[in-house]
Amino acid sequence: MTATEAPPAPPTPPTPTVTEAAVRKVPRRKRLIPYWLLLPGILWLLVFFALPMVYQASTSVQTGSLEEGFEVTWHFATYWDAIQEYYPQFVRSLLYAGTATVLCLLLGYPLAYLIAFKAGRWRNLLLVLVIAPFFTSFLIRTLAWKTILADDGTVVGALDALRVLDVTSWLGWTADDRVLATPMAVVCGLTYNFLPFMILPLYTSLERIDGRLHEAAGDLYARPATTFRKVTVPLSMPGIVSGTLLTFIPASGDYVNAELLGSTDTKMVGSVIQSQFLRVLDYPTAAALSFILMAVVLVVVTVYIRRSGTEDLV
Amino acid sequence: MTETSPTDRGGDDVRLTGISKSYGSFHAVKPLDLTVPEGSFFALLGASGCGKTTTLRMIAGLEDPTTGSVFLGEKDVTGLPPHKRPVNTVFQSYALFPHLDIYENVAFGLRRRGIKSVKKQVGDMLDLVQLGDFAKRKPHQLSGGQQQRVAVARALINHPKVLLLDEPLGALDLKLRRQMQLELKRIQTEVGITFVHVTHDQEEAMTMADTVAVMNAGRVEQLGAPAELYENPQTTFVANFLGTSNLIEADVAEKNGDEVVVTSAGVKLRLPADRCTSQVADGGRLLVGVRPEKISLAHADDAGSVPAGRNRISGRIVDSSFIGVSTQYVINSPVCGELEVYAQNIERDGRLVPGAEVVLHWNPAHTFGLDAAQDIDAGVKTVDEEGA
Repeated sequence: MTATEAPPAPPTPPTPTVTEAAVRKVPRRKRLIPYWLLLPGILWLLVFFALPMVYQASTSVQTGSLEEGFEVTWHFATYWDAIQEYYPQFVRSLLYAGTATVLCLLLGYPLAYLIAFKAGRWRNLLLVLVIAPFFTSFLIRTLAWKTILADDGTVVGALDALRVLDVTSWLGWTADDRVLATPMAVVCGLTYNFLPFMILPLYTSLERIDGRLHEAAGDLYARPATTFRKVTVPLSMPGIVSGTLLTFIPASGDYVNAELLGSTDTKMVGSVIQSQFLRVLDYPTAAALSFILMAVVLVVVTVYIRRSGTEDLV
Repeated sequence: MTETSPTDRGGDDVRLTGISKSYGSFHAVKPLDLTVPEGSFFALLGASGCGKTTTLRMIAGLEDPTTGSVFLGEKDVTGLPPHKRPVNTVFQSYALFPHLDIYENVAFGLRRRGIKSVKKQVGDMLDLVQLGDFAKRKPHQLSGGQQQRVAVARALINHPKVLLLDEPLGALDLKLRRQMQLELKRIQTEVGITFVHVTHDQEEAMTMADTVAVMNAGRVEQLGAPAELYENPQTTFVANFLGTSNLIEADVAEKNGDEVVVTSAGVKLRLPADRCTSQVADGGRLLVGVRPEKISLAHADDAGSVPAGRNRISGRIVDSSFIGVSTQYVINSPVCGELEVYAQNIERDGRLVPGAEVVLHWNPAHTFGLDAAQDIDAGVKTVDEEGA
């Protein structure tokens, strides 16, 4: 840039004809290719996401009965009634899902760490083992926990003998010397079923960490525990965040675990929605509950992402 | 170098005694004794896979030696983990913490040692490496050269007894590398800390270091000041790896006093006896070496003007390349397949073109003799390595 450069040219009127011509030069067919490629995805979203949402939204503000038919009456009171009647289930859902997520993190992090840094040639085998449960149906796996936690089973026997059940019943997690049909059983089921969704993103983000960063931290006087706290954990934040979201969101809407492993006292909001839709046939309440759950999860997740400051991470 | 007890050594020298590292049956570093004097700029030079980085990592504590000990001053640190050694490393790829800004990267070591007020020190250190304005940036927002300086600052701020540099300039382009060489040298002079620098670039080692240890296949081939290594290579590897050498296989004809006379393809060459590394015996063999820039060229027509008393070989120019300050000639002679000659472009003789018959002559004092039992091509860089 020198001072001898030509003075800026006087502003010329825009020449739209030129650009239009340039656009026209690209064959129409070619210009449309990206949209054609997007079409299947957009259609899929429209049919399976947008339409059902609109349909549910309209259902939630309808009144009527199955015999006389439902009509849109903009009856927003359904929402308020649903919250009033079912808020214990909402609180329980968030509590169970939150506990299961924390347990998944505590169990999953060491495992993902081990696979990423210490497994060596066993790494792929271990990863296959992590997703191996998926080869069996979700329902069957959950039913298997009924056997595992059976009242006369070894697990309950061992917990009883170790006096663990005394502690857990004092905490209100179990009751009457049994585990089945208690909050603990539901949380165990949730934790088990969603553990792979925690481990895989954790593994991916841990595996990406350059091993030399650990060496560098050690070289700069960090003890192994400090290295873990100051380097490993911050760098695996993307994995922690996506793992907790992938666990928490489906777990808070889950009803299979609560239905199969719990009792009427451990009903989660998912079970309520399911029974409103399929047994009580009160469609407006069921739809309203679904929207409330969605809103609550959205708020929780937004706050969580803000707090964990993931947008800062590379 | 060897046979020193801890008591007769003062200061904070780095001493390696009998140190070695094996991976199964592969010996990365063969038993090695090495002393790096306090405050010196020491280079470990060698091709990739020669064990130089492994040696460095053993000093840092990132690698456990198979045998031997590492001493820092009086203290045996062999068993100490890296975070307990007063040593810091500048890693090859810098290994800056991507989640911390430059300020926190530099402050990392101080904070780990429980120092609360780091502001002034970090500021001073960033100024030393001329990055004062970059404190709040993240490493990925910096250029390679800037990241490199952050890595140096992050290590130096701890005032280590020794700073280890593992090919710190390898990722930079040539121009930046030259600039950083001078920069590092300046910093070293300024802070007076012992630097141990690992590199495969012989020019870099010679420019920066006070002492260079040339490593090959897990052993130190030769150790000394750059000029000493260049002028008096002890092995063919050093002769070829540091710069270029013309090595001529010759038979010892006679030894009279300080001078050895050898013959190669009927040509008599003389060299000083004290520049022969091996025992010289009549009828023995010797590799006679001379550096390309020590040789003068004369056109065959002017052969009579070559002063007496100089070693002379006749040959024919097969190739010449003009590189500005000098011209590099490749000369075919019956004595030795191809000889290289670098002639300064002061007065260029227009007749010295490929195909011309020439006489090569040089001062016998510039000739060195090596043990003929070695591989004559050891340490010769292939085109691939040169490009790397």
